Amino acid sequence: MLKIVGLNSYYGNIHVLKDVNIDISEGEIITLIGANGAGKTTTLMSISGLVPPRSGEIYFEGKPIQGMVPDKIVSLGICQVPEGRRIFPYLTVTENLDMGAFLRKDKRVVKNDMEHIFDLFPLLAERRRQAGGTLSGGEQQMLAISRALMARPRLLFLDEPSLGLAPLVIKQIFEIITKINKESNTTIFLVEQNANLALKTAHRGYVMENGRITLSDSAENLFSNEAVKKAYLGL
Amino acid sequence: MEYFFEILLGGLTRGSIYALIALGYTMVYGIIGLINFAHGEVYMIGAFTALIAASVLTLMGWNQVAIIVIASVVAVIYSSCYGFTIEKLAYKPLRRAPRLSALISAIGMSLFLQNYVLLAQTSNFLPFPNLIPEFEFLKPYQHMISSSEIVIIGTTAVVMVLLGIMIKCTKIGKAMRATAQDRDMAMLVGIDVNRVISVTFVVGSATAALGGVLVASHVGQINFYMGFIVGIKAFVAAVLGGIGSIPGAVLGGLVLGWTESFFTGYVSSDYEDVFAFLFLVFILIFRPAGILGRSETEKV
Ligand SMILES: Nc1ncnc2c1ncn2[C@@H]1O[C@H](COP(=O)(O)OP(=O)(O)OP(=O)(O)O)[C@@H](O)[C@H]1O
Ligand SMILES: [Mg+2]
Repeated sequence: MLKIVGLNSYYGNIHVLKDVNIDISEGEIITLIGANGAGKTTTLMSISGLVPPRSGEIYFEGKPIQGMVPDKIVSLGICQVPEGRRIFPYLTVTENLDMGAFLRKDKRVVKNDMEHIFDLFPLLAERRRQAGGTLSGGEQQMLAISRALMARPRLLFLDEPSLGLAPLVIKQIFEIITKINKESNTTIFLVEQNANLALKTAHRGYVMENGRITLSDSAENLFSNEAVKKAYLGL
Repeated sequence: MEYFFEILLGGLTRGSIYALIALGYTMVYGIIGLINFAHGEVYMIGAFTALIAASVLTLMGWNQVAIIVIASVVAVIYSSCYGFTIEKLAYKPLRRAPRLSALISAIGMSLFLQNYVLLAQTSNFLPFPNLIPEFEFLKPYQHMISSSEIVIIGTTAVVMVLLGIMIKCTKIGKAMRATAQDRDMAMLVGIDVNRVISVTFVVGSATAALGGVLVASHVGQINFYMGFIVGIKAFVAAVLGGIGSIPGAVLGGLVLGWTESFFTGYVSSDYEDVFAFLFLVFILIFRPAGILGRSETEKV
């Protein structure tokens, strides 16, 4: 579904992504783990078109998408729940969800989807007229995921959804991720610091170090890999 | 008491103009964090365009109401094109550059447009016809308020309400707010941010041009420099109300208008600007982010 070949991305002169290759098939949950500053967020932003890669190819369903503007990429069905959630702080919960559905024309179905979201997250329903910035961290993460779902993505990126949340909320969020994958067959690309949880949720994983992919394998194999255990699982 | 109302209404008229222009500053600042110094020039170009259109229509023998409507529409459209082009030429290439570069580009644009009009037109004041008819029903109150003042206040009020509805309820309005709050995230939900920015410049320029036509007709003369001082004052009004905030621009404009009028009316017209600006400094000491501004610490 998504194929990245020899991707190189820079911030100014800083070479961040070095020859990155990633392959994601439809219906999978793929995780990308790595230390702080490895280049995980940059990988997502390069695919989404916010950090245009300097060389390499990105194919979505066989068509090259590198160099496309971000809104075009979203319109193909590639959506992101970015690091730090990035809720529009002064838009209400409902307006934040509206923004998620920005490119959709089927107004009535959008309305249904929103009600569905409110069924799924009753907490958000209670706060629908509240400004997004006033929600708690956990609620904001729910809202960020919901906002992305409003676009009906085919490929969903989640950048560190567990960041700064209580264990109980993290558990809930990962259940939701699994559910999204199973129920609507949404392909998921999950970036995580919490390698333990990520490898338990995902089917396959990639390990990134200093902007390079150093390992890729099934989640179970990575879980039992000595190097991964030592570096990321703290075992 | 009549004197008081006269001053109150005079201040309301001034304030309306400041508000109308302040909107453009505040909207652009909200979205791209730039003080568009060329905004006052768009207002000036609006007035010049209206003068040309009105002269042509007068020669063709059109009636007064048709002239003001058509001249305003032409001015609004023409100035919007200017606003659109200014952004594409002077600001878009610098969007990822340091703020100061874009600011200098804005000042350059402002000087360029002033001098361009100076050379293409004239350095003299040009008489501008009074396009607004005298309203019969105002006759008894003539000494307090003129027809053109009523039109200025009324037009501003209508524009404010329409703009408020646009920003609150329409899709593009929501996209504008989202872009102002987090541009990268706006891109990630599929908003064409370039388009949103263009729309902002067009809307801001349209309101400024409308202000230009109304003021020109009220004052009766225009020149290439007219946008400069009004631009500065409208900018002050935007800061006073809280830059980035639309209700703030309106409030800031009105407060500035009234401050000037009351100082002129009750103290001295010689020190109008001095007192007005002293008062503003005073307000900003207590509300550094402006009357309705959000302080940075509140930002998430
Ligand atoms: N806007 C930027 N400008 C310059 N350098 C940047 C920028 N964003 C990130 N970098 C650098 O690029 C490298 C990779 O950053 P990135 O955010 O992709 O890492 P990450 O793997 O997501 O880390 P984390 O787990 O901390 O989120 C880092 O060295 C970082 O300093
Ligand atoms: Mg990151």
